[in-house]
Amino acid sequence: MSNLLNISSSPHVRDNSSTKSIMWCVIIALVPASAFGIVNFGFKALILIAACVATCMLTEFVWQKAMKLPITVNDGSAALTGLLLALNLSSTFPVWMAVLGSVFAIIVVKQLFGGLGQNFMNPALGARCFLMVSFAGKMTSFTYDGVTGATPLAIIKNGDKAASIADILAAGDGQTQVSTNVINMFIGNIGGTIGETSVIAILIGAAYLLVKKIIDWKIPVCYICTFAIFVLLFGGRGFDITYLVAELCGGGLMLGAFFMATDYVTSPITPNGQIIFGVALGVLTGIFRIFGASAEGVSYAIIICNLFVPLIEKITIPVPFGKEGIKDGK
Amino acid sequence: MSEATFRGGVHPYEGKELSKDLPIKTVMPKGELVFSMAQHIGAPAKPIVQKGDKVLVGQKIGEAGGFISANICSSVSGTVKAVEPRMMLNGSNVMCVVIENDGKYTGIEGLGKDRDYTKLSNDEIREIVKEAGIVGMGGAGFPTNVKLTPKDPDKIDYILVNGAECEPYLTSDYRQMLECPEEIVGGLKVILKLFDKAKGYICIEDNKPDAIAKMKEVVRGESRIEVKALKTKYPQGGERTLISAATGRKIYSAKLPADAGCIVDNIATVIAIYRAVCKSTPLITRVMTLTGDAFKTPVNVNVRLGASHAELVEEGGGFSREPAKIISGGPMMGFAMFDLNVPITKTSSSLLALTKDEVAENEPSPCIRCGRCVNACPGNLVPQKMAQAAMNNDYDAFVKLNGMECYECGSCTFVCPAKRPLTQTFKQARQYVMAQRRKK
Repeated sequence: MSNLLNISSSPHVRDNSSTKSIMWCVIIALVPASAFGIVNFGFKALILIAACVATCMLTEFVWQKAMKLPITVNDGSAALTGLLLALNLSSTFPVWMAVLGSVFAIIVVKQLFGGLGQNFMNPALGARCFLMVSFAGKMTSFTYDGVTGATPLAIIKNGDKAASIADILAAGDGQTQVSTNVINMFIGNIGGTIGETSVIAILIGAAYLLVKKIIDWKIPVCYICTFAIFVLLFGGRGFDITYLVAELCGGGLMLGAFFMATDYVTSPITPNGQIIFGVALGVLTGIFRIFGASAEGVSYAIIICNLFVPLIEKITIPVPFGKEGIKDGK
Repeated sequence: MSEATFRGGVHPYEGKELSKDLPIKTVMPKGELVFSMAQHIGAPAKPIVQKGDKVLVGQKIGEAGGFISANICSSVSGTVKAVEPRMMLNGSNVMCVVIENDGKYTGIEGLGKDRDYTKLSNDEIREIVKEAGIVGMGGAGFPTNVKLTPKDPDKIDYILVNGAECEPYLTSDYRQMLECPEEIVGGLKVILKLFDKAKGYICIEDNKPDAIAKMKEVVRGESRIEVKALKTKYPQGGERTLISAATGRKIYSAKLPADAGCIVDNIATVIAIYRAVCKSTPLITRVMTLTGDAFKTPVNVNVRLGASHAELVEEGGGFSREPAKIISGGPMMGFAMFDLNVPITKTSSSLLALTKDEVAENEPSPCIRCGRCVNACPGNLVPQKMAQAAMNNDYDAFVKLNGMECYECGSCTFVCPAKRPLTQTFKQARQYVMAQRRKK
């Protein structure tokens, strides 16, 4: 043979999946929730989604160009950040603020810390919290069917502890009379951010990710179960299933549990760490929702737990094969 | 029976259909043969012939150079042309005996003579295995007589014959199970004679149902031998995963299979034991698979040790397409070759010629911490963190993360969506740590 052969260290074969294919799978999984949001909230939702996705991608491109880094915009991670951010915004949120949030997500939360894989906090949630403290009014103004009013979660939080949840939801927030029930909360016919309202649409996407083994059950299941137990114990309503369902279906819990808490970069890589992470999320979300000032708590719970990931991983390094029950490794 | 398996592992493209239905073809070498004195783990053998000596088939030409070492026997008759260092597969120069083949294949006295193993003492059997230069032919090349001489033979409960053949593309063990199952059972019975309390398990992945059926047929009536079907998953044929799947026992890096009451021998090794003990034939041939999409006609061949890899190419019909990469062994743990003019050794299981170099085609990108490496690792390690430690030259952290438990199976690197060179990093780190430990 005339030419020299290629050599490299084993293994010599590679699986087909890539960072890009994973990111696009997650984006596909968000299609039901996004589509429902657009149908529910109209053209404005579409504009916001488009603005966030485009801004994130453009920001990443410009940053990488300016910093003379390899351009990786087509790996889909920036697009995913934009989409997730948009799904976490109210449909009435001003576009320029959303653009600002997108720039913040990519530059401050992601690129300043080293880009893909290096950020310690979920970029979309980091940006959401940035927008929340900067433009609290706009961030918490939700419109449904052309009527601006409180979300079901807020209605429940402010509702009379003695009254039944069904009655509280039917009565609405007292001013605009937005009447609803838990079925509507499950389907998504309620006020909220673009992507969080429809539990069924989120679950369809989540099922797709679970089947494709993009995400693992541990974080979402531990998160949701812990939160459910916390609500039953400390919600002040005893064992009220309607209340539990409303808390599970309301707010950003489902979107957060399946799409944000499972973000690879900012969640533990160790199996036991994922369980601890999920439990911690459930407890924090419960504390924020029940004892906090706001009816919401998912975003803050996730970004706080993101910060603990290195510590959680440190204490959950698995025992190697064959060393179970052996101390010191001798 | 629920199928035995292990946690972790991966499912690479198997590629076995290229060569699985092709009977083993015996090929004879042309020209000179090169016998490396280091075809095994342990001390190299010492050449005991000189330039100009006449040698016969089966004649010992290299004497074991220590306790963990192995004899080398000539696979042809002819004249010693040189005793000099020659280049091996990995580019290193190793002392070799070079023999000019006279093409007559004149054997030493008694070569191929039938022998009744039941009339031999256990020590005689071990001595025969040692003299025959038998080493683990699955890849590691550990001297078999050492394996068959554990500290406490009564503590051996299982003899595991490794027919998993979990490496993609390879079909040599499979063909041998179909074509000479009696020799496998014969070899296993020889080993079982050494350990009268042990049971023999022939372990086969379930992607080879006809091999399982064939072996079951042959072991019918053997009270001490059982065929175990294992779930098809790489690296099922690794020593630790095999022991755990077949017996439920587990060992880690500091333990030998014997510590778990097991002795593991590959199919080819067991056949070599049979031939040495019952047919008075030392280890001078082996079965290899010539395969991959670059070969015109993939084939399984029975080759004489010491022949050149370059001669094999035409046995596979030459290359129909330009190979991008040629690998000795399987694609997961095999060795990429830069030159085909290196001799076949006791551990050469295949010559794999691929038209695509998937490593070169996939540029590594940043780790996204997806955790697939953690799920794939059969050793229950966290490759992502180990790689971080190794890349930072933080070897203490690497050891703390149980990096020394890695046996470089390549599963983490195979699944990595960011195409990161994890296994490569671990090999370097492990070599460094082992070198440091030796210094102390």
